[in-house]
Amino acid sequence: MTDTTWDPTKPILEIENLSISFFTRLREIPAVMDFSCSVMAGESMGLVGESGCGKSTVALAVMRDLGKNGRIVDGTIKFKGRDLTHMGEEELRHIRGSEIAMIYQEPMASLNPAMKIGAQLAEVPMIHQGMGRDEAWNLARQIVADVRLPDPDRILQAYPHQLSGGQQQRIVIAMALMSKPALLILDEPTTALDVTVEAGIVDLVKDLGHKYGTSMLFISHNLGLILDVCDRLCVMYSGEAVETGDVIEVFDKMRHPYTQALFRSIPLPGADKNSHPLVAIPGNFPLPHERPKGCNFGPRCDYFQDGRCNAAEVPMFPVPGDDRHATRCIKWTEIDWDAPMTLKASKPKTPIGKVVLKMEDLRKYYSVSSGAFGGGSAKVVKANETLSFEAREGETLAIVGESGCGKSTFAKVLMGLETATSGSILLFDENVQSTPIQQRNTNTVSSVQMVFQNPFDTLNPSMNVGRQIIRALEIFKQGKSDAERYARMLELLDLVKLPRAFADRMPRQLSGGQKQRVGIARAFAGGAKVVVADEPVSALDVSVQAAVTDLLMDIQRENKTTLLFISHDLSIVRYLSDRVMVMYLGHVVEMGTTDQVFQPPYHPYTEALLSAVPIADTKVIRKRIVLEGDIPSAMNPPPGCPFQTRCRWKSQVPGGLCDIEMPPVQVLAGGHQLKCHLSAEVLAAMEPVIQIAAE
Amino acid sequence: MLKFVARRLGVMVLTALALTFVVFYLTNLPPNLEKLARTEGSVRMTDQAVADWIVGNGHGGSVFGRYAEWIGIAPGWTLTDEKGVTRGRCIAAGSDPAAAPNYCGVLQGEWGFSTVFKKPVLESVLQKLGSTGWLMMWVMIVMVPVSLIMGVLSGMREGSRLDRSLSIIAIATTATPEYVSGVILVAIFASATAGISPILNEWGWISGRTLFLGTATSAMDGITFWNFALPVLTIALYGIGYIARMTRASMTEVMTQQYIRTARLKGVRFRDVVLKHALRNALIAPFTVIMLQFPWLLNGVVITEALFNYKGFGWTLVQAAGNNDIDLLLGCSVVAVLVVLVTQLISDIGYVFLNPRIRLA
Repeated sequence: MTDTTWDPTKPILEIENLSISFFTRLREIPAVMDFSCSVMAGESMGLVGESGCGKSTVALAVMRDLGKNGRIVDGTIKFKGRDLTHMGEEELRHIRGSEIAMIYQEPMASLNPAMKIGAQLAEVPMIHQGMGRDEAWNLARQIVADVRLPDPDRILQAYPHQLSGGQQQRIVIAMALMSKPALLILDEPTTALDVTVEAGIVDLVKDLGHKYGTSMLFISHNLGLILDVCDRLCVMYSGEAVETGDVIEVFDKMRHPYTQALFRSIPLPGADKNSHPLVAIPGNFPLPHERPKGCNFGPRCDYFQDGRCNAAEVPMFPVPGDDRHATRCIKWTEIDWDAPMTLKASKPKTPIGKVVLKMEDLRKYYSVSSGAFGGGSAKVVKANETLSFEAREGETLAIVGESGCGKSTFAKVLMGLETATSGSILLFDENVQSTPIQQRNTNTVSSVQMVFQNPFDTLNPSMNVGRQIIRALEIFKQGKSDAERYARMLELLDLVKLPRAFADRMPRQLSGGQKQRVGIARAFAGGAKVVVADEPVSALDVSVQAAVTDLLMDIQRENKTTLLFISHDLSIVRYLSDRVMVMYLGHVVEMGTTDQVFQPPYHPYTEALLSAVPIADTKVIRKRIVLEGDIPSAMNPPPGCPFQTRCRWKSQVPGGLCDIEMPPVQVLAGGHQLKCHLSAEVLAAMEPVIQIAAE
Repeated sequence: MLKFVARRLGVMVLTALALTFVVFYLTNLPPNLEKLARTEGSVRMTDQAVADWIVGNGHGGSVFGRYAEWIGIAPGWTLTDEKGVTRGRCIAAGSDPAAAPNYCGVLQGEWGFSTVFKKPVLESVLQKLGSTGWLMMWVMIVMVPVSLIMGVLSGMREGSRLDRSLSIIAIATTATPEYVSGVILVAIFASATAGISPILNEWGWISGRTLFLGTATSAMDGITFWNFALPVLTIALYGIGYIARMTRASMTEVMTQQYIRTARLKGVRFRDVVLKHALRNALIAPFTVIMLQFPWLLNGVVITEALFNYKGFGWTLVQAAGNNDIDLLLGCSVVAVLVVLVTQLISDIGYVFLNPRIRLA
C-alpha cells in the first residue's frame, strides 16, 4: 500500500503549525502550540523536553489518537504528502501499525497480558497484508530473531509476564517492525529499563533503522540518548518547539536559553559537587493554563528583558549558516553564547568523620515457591551475599547496580523492614541486623531514615504537607508541645527551601520536585544521621533533579549526614558521591572512591555500566560495550562468578576459573576493591571507557 | 496444583466446621430447646419436666459435646431410664441397643429426622436441592450470557448512548428486589385479569387463561417453558443488572489500558480490539462475581420459591426455620456451607486459567 504519488525526496512526515488542545469542562487547555517539524526518509528526529512539555502529545497526534478530549485545533500533519488531520477512521486504521508504528514507554503495560506473544505479533501482518496465520507466525519468528531475542520459538509461545523488561521492549519493537513501517515513533522507549538493557535496545533501534531505512521520531527527556540515536532534534518547552536543528549543531552551538540551561543542569563528566556544581533552572514549569505572555521560558530565563520577551508571541528565527537550525528566542543574536557559565561559589568539601555504619558479611536470603498453584520446590533467592562495608559521618556512599542486584533489599535490611539472614550491621555501635523496625527504639528509627524514589506515592494524599511533617515529628518524639513542633516544621520547610505557606497545601497541589522536598523534610524531621536515598531524583525532570540533588548536598554539609545514595544513574553518582559500591546479583563487585571506580582498572561489570550511560556531550568518546543477554535470575545464579555469563573478559582468565570459583576480593592500591579473577597485569592494561576528545 | 487443592480442602474443612458450629450453637440455644420440648412433649409441661425432657433427649451437657456427637466424632448419647429401656442418639426406636453403632453423626450419613416432613433430613434436603439445582441452572444459563453481553457492550465505549441505555436497564433491574419484580412479572404475564393475558386470550392467541403459569409447582414434575420462565426470569433479572455493572466496570478499565492503545495503533479493527484484546482481560473480575452468585442463588431463591410455590431448597429452609426443625435447619446449613466453599474453590482455580499472570500460593 505504498502511495505512488509520494516523492521520496520530500519529507516523510511534515508537521506544520500544529496546535493541539485538550477540552475539559472548565476550559480549553492548549497542550501544543504552533509546532512544526519535518522528518526526511531515513532520518531520525529527536523530541526532547521535560514532562508536560507536549512531546508525547505530538506523537499521539501523528497517530491521531488523542482520546476523547484532545483535538487538533490548527495546522496539518502530512505523512507522505497525505494530510492525517482530515483522514477517516478506516483510512487511519490502514496507516496505523502498517506505515506508522509506535513503541511505548512501558513495555509490560503495552503488551496484552492474556495473549501469547506470537499471537500479538502475527496479528499485524494478518490485518494489514491479509497474511495467513501460519505465514504470519513464521514472519513473527523471523522478526523475533531479528530483534536478537534468544530461542524465538519459546518466546512466541510465552505470555508477556514471562519475559524480562528488556525482552518485552524487544517484542514491542518487533511488533512495530512486523509490517516494515516507513515511520517509527518511539515514546521514551528505554526510560523504564536498566542502563545496560537500554544500551542494547538503543543499538538495536539504530541498526534496524539503517537496515530497513525507517524514519524515526524519538521522544526522550534524556539528551545523551538523543545524541546517540538521532540526526536532528527539536527541543520543546511548555507546548512549543524552542529550538530545532542538527543534533551536533544544537549540542555544540545552542541558541536558546532553555537548551543552554538544560545542558547546565545535567551532570556531565567534569561536574563536581564541590568545585563545579550544577546550575538548576530556577522556578517551575508553568501550568498549561498559566503560561506567561510572550516567551514561555521568560520567567525562568537569565537573559529575560522586561517589555521585549513578554511583549508578544515569539516566532522561530532561523540560524543562518546551519542546517535548518532555528530558535524561538527574540534575543538570540544579542546573547554571548560562548560566555563561560558563571560559577556558583564552590563549596568546601565536607570533612569525613568517624564510622557510623558498618556492615559485615551481611546476607539476606528469601525462600520462594514456584509453580502455578504454590507447589514446586522452594527456592532460595540470594538477594544479598557477603556484603561488607563501612560508611562514615558526612560521607556520600553511592550504591550502584541494575534492578535485581539487591540494592533495595540491602536498604530494607538496614531500615529494619527485613531482618538479615546472617552477618552484622553495626549502627552507632549498636547491632541492629536482627532487630525489626517495630522493636527499634525511636532514637534509632529517627536517625536512620529514607528518601524514596517516587515522591508521588509516598505522601499521604489526604493530609496537608505541614501535618505530614508534624506527624513525623510526633513519631520521632521531637518537640515538647504542638506549638514547638509547628515551629520545627516551619524550620524544616525552610531547610528544604520550600515557602512556609506550603504547610497548608495538599500533596496534589505540589509538583514532583516539591513533593520530593517534602519527602526530604520528613526524612530529616528526627535529625537523621544516616539517610538512605533510594533513587531520589530518578522520577524527576532533569532541571528539577539538579535542584533536589543540590539540596541533599547542602543538608548533608550542614548536618554531617551520612548519605547512602542508591542509584542506577552513573552520571549523578559521579557528580555527588565520595565512594561508590557497585553491586551485581547480590554481590559487591567493586568498591572504592569515586575516582577509583570511574577510572581503570574496572571490574568488567562496571566497565559495561559506564559505557552504557549515554552522555550528552559531543566531545566525549565512549567505548561501546553492550552486554549480551539479561541479568540472570537471583533464584538461579550462575556457578562461579555471578557476572561470568555476560563478561567480555572471561577468556582472559586462565583455566576457566570464572565458571567454577567465586572470585576473591582483590584489594588494589588505595583500598580499591574488586571481586574479579583477572590478574593484576590485565587490570592494569585496561583502557578508560570515557575519554574527552581534545578540542 | 494438587498441593494447592489439598491445602484449600483443608482450609475448607476448617471453615465448614466453624460455620456449622455457629449454626449449631444458635439453633441449640436454651429457649429454642425449651420450645422444642414443649412441641415434642406437651405444651403444658412444668418447667421441671421440660428440663428433664431436654436432658433425657440428649440435649443436655456441653454444646461442644453435642456438636461432636452431631458431627459424628464423639459417640452418640445413650440413656437408660428407670424402666430399663435404653434410648440413644444412634438407637432407632424399637431396635436392639446393643446392635446400634456408637457413632452416628453427619459424617456417618445420619443427618437426623425432619419433624416437618416426617422423613430423614438427608433425603429431603437432597431432593429439594435437586429441584433448586434445576432452577439455578436455568437462571445461570439466562443470566450469565445476557449480563456479560450487556456489560461488554456498555463498557467498550464508556459514556456512549448505548452505554447509558444499558446502564439504566442494569441499574433498574438490580435495584428491583425479587418480590417486586416477581409480582410485576406475574401481573403482566400470568394474571387472568391484568396484563397482556386477557388481551391475548380475547384475540384467541392463547388457549389457556394466562400466557405463563403463575405457579411453578408443576415444574417439580416436569419443567416447561411456560411454568418455569417467570421464576427463572425473576431471579435472573436481579443478577443480570449486578453482573452487567461489574462487567462494565471491568471492561471500561481494560479499555483504558495501554495494551488496548497498542492494539488500536496496530490498526486492529474496533470489533477485534474488543473481542480479541479486551474481552478475556475484562472477564477476570466478573468471573469471581459469577461464582459468588451460586451461594447467593442458593439462599436468594427463598423469596422466589415462596412466591411461585416451588418446593426447593429455599422453601425448605423457610419451613425448617418456621417450625423449629433443628435437624433440618442444620442439614440445610451444611449443604449451604459446602456449596459456598466448593464454588469458591472452583472460582479460584478457574481464575488461574483465565489470568496467566496469577500464581496461587
